[in-house]
Amino acid sequence: MVIYGVYIVSKSGGLIFNHDHNVPKVETERTFTYPLDIQLNYENKKIVVAFGQKDGIKVGHVLTSVNKNPVNGRELDDGRDVLDMLSNAENFPILLKFSRSKMTTNEKIFLASMFYPLFAIASQLSPEPKCSGIEVLEADTFRLYCYQTLTGVKFMVVAEPTQAGMDILLKRVYELYADYALKNPFYSLEMPIRCELFETHLQTLLETVEKSGISNV
Amino acid sequence: MTVHNLYIFSRNCTLLYYAEWNRLNKSGMTKEEEAKLMYGMLFSIKSFINKISPLDPKDGFLHYKTSKYTLNYLETPSGLKFVLNTDNSAQNVRGLLQQLYSQIYVEYVIKNPLCQLNEPIQSELFKNKLDELVKSSPYF
Repeated sequence: MVIYGVYIVSKSGGLIFNHDHNVPKVETERTFTYPLDIQLNYENKKIVVAFGQKDGIKVGHVLTSVNKNPVNGRELDDGRDVLDMLSNAENFPILLKFSRSKMTTNEKIFLASMFYPLFAIASQLSPEPKCSGIEVLEADTFRLYCYQTLTGVKFMVVAEPTQAGMDILLKRVYELYADYALKNPFYSLEMPIRCELFETHLQTLLETVEKSGISNV
Repeated sequence: MTVHNLYIFSRNCTLLYYAEWNRLNKSGMTKEEEAKLMYGMLFSIKSFINKISPLDPKDGFLHYKTSKYTLNYLETPSGLKFVLNTDNSAQNVRGLLQQLYSQIYVEYVIKNPLCQLNEPIQSELFKNKLDELVKSSPYF
């Protein structure tokens, strides 16, 4: 039973709150000999695995460190270019660490505004009249639940596919939002939520749901 | 239970086939426009899921649910996309989509030398067999 994260999107599609709850770390470290048996590409300021899945290293994983030195963009801290290093046989054997790329806050804002039109198109393409937008979006690794309030605010929870009772949880989060964000005199609508009480209550709520199920909240 | 409609897309955004059985709401656009909108939405959902997924996805997008209908999605490794809209009570429609791909599409389109790939499917036989399969499925 894992809840990965909670997002709140305002009426106009901006991300006003996000909370990473239990995001698993996917990391693999391995010693490589020359030549490399995986194909690396440089894209979006990251070095990404393009081909050759092996020992837990998957396509799309990002190179995070070389011989325990962290990688920034395509360079090490001392300014050496990583791709040049990897094409030179003298640097081998070499210890490389790969991990699934983490979403930055910017990417989260981008994704939140991307969900907004998806939600709208889903209701427009409906074969039945008077249809709502996406309520549950399922992939093989997670399920995204979305609850839109009457005022247009969207609450989203990303959780394991087996986790039950997420619709009730969303309504509880809405309650917390009404109690601790909207009643906070320093909170202005449509702006990011920075209310300590809201965060602590949300944290406890998520933990109780994970530990003892939805029936106890 | 009801099956609403079915879209088949090729890997490069051509609408290969569209069929509808129970559809009450007309979207108010032409079929081509609607297909483009649908393809665009699926494309965005795919990249959305790839980014937001906490673990490495394998199959990726499976289905989404709204208050009135469920959209079921199957993409083959060759990029062919099957989209079937059903009502919310239908479970595990993926099996039907796989059947549709392996028993109908492969048999009556791929094995038919007169069917051009990546072009809308004209075959009458394909049409009938597809209709038969969907109508005999428990979801219909």
